[in-house]
Amino acid sequence: MRGDRDAPLVVEYGDYECPYCAKTDGLLAGVRVRRVFRHFPVVSKHPRARVLACAAEAAGLQGSYWEFHDSLYADQGRIDDPHLWERVRELGLDLDRFEADRRSEAVAERVERDFRSGLRAGVVTTPTLFVDGQAHAGVPSEELLQSFLR
Amino acid sequence: MIEPGTPAPDFSLRNQDGEEVSLESLRGGTVVLVFYPLDFSPVCTDQLNVYQEVLGELHARGVEMYGVSVDSAYSHKAFQEKLGVSIPLLADFHPKGAVARAFGVYDEERGVSARALVMIGPDGAVVWSYRSPSPLEIPGANLIFDALDERAAA
Repeated sequence: MRGDRDAPLVVEYGDYECPYCAKTDGLLAGVRVRRVFRHFPVVSKHPRARVLACAAEAAGLQGSYWEFHDSLYADQGRIDDPHLWERVRELGLDLDRFEADRRSEAVAERVERDFRSGLRAGVVTTPTLFVDGQAHAGVPSEELLQSFLR
Repeated sequence: MIEPGTPAPDFSLRNQDGEEVSLESLRGGTVVLVFYPLDFSPVCTDQLNVYQEVLGELHARGVEMYGVSVDSAYSHKAFQEKLGVSIPLLADFHPKGAVARAFGVYDEERGVSARALVMIGPDGAVVWSYRSPSPLEIPGANLIFDALDERAAA
């Protein structure tokens, strides 16, 4: 969770390899919202999506979830393992711990739980945003973004 | 659209590899038919990709899933490869849309199938069906699991 405590809550289902999610991330950064990100890795379409979701969760175990999240969306062209290690070093995290954590059962379960909750909520595409219990599939419309500015 | 309790009309269609798949040959297991308008249209892409992610779970529950559209077997092959999915795709190609029509999901105006899901039980009767209100609206995988859970509870 990030953002103002009193700002409207946006729950986003996204995938770190999805370009529309990266676009959405930038748009949401420009409005006043409280954000929750849930993993919805569609591996048949994005082979690295689950690996990246686990990596972000592993960074989160060292207190740098959103920093890692931002770093992935800032550059989706560099998502191989050495690129992940580079990001970990830049953020000053413990690499050995990151490597163990991102392959751990607990992290895999966390990502799977997010994915299942998305399926349950009827998510069929990324990004899908939930605002006030209402689903908005795809990159948020100008209208939706405007509603956060009010 | 075809209602639960109705015997599913038999069909025999070619899959992406040109092999005949008939409903008769699928008897004894639960089958989910995923009717969709066309290969290579951007919305279908997401639909089959998401279903692919739960295919293992469906198989574990004794469910086989088949995609059905009016495209040819060759188109299906290319589409399957492009998406990276293993869900078999059936060609409702000749006579065009005959199976979709038999299941009551053919869109005569557009000349393609509507987006619909039909679950057929081991005895060959339809146990659940769902038609999307618009081709742009993709039925979530949750609907399939809800239908399975409901049947298991009944």
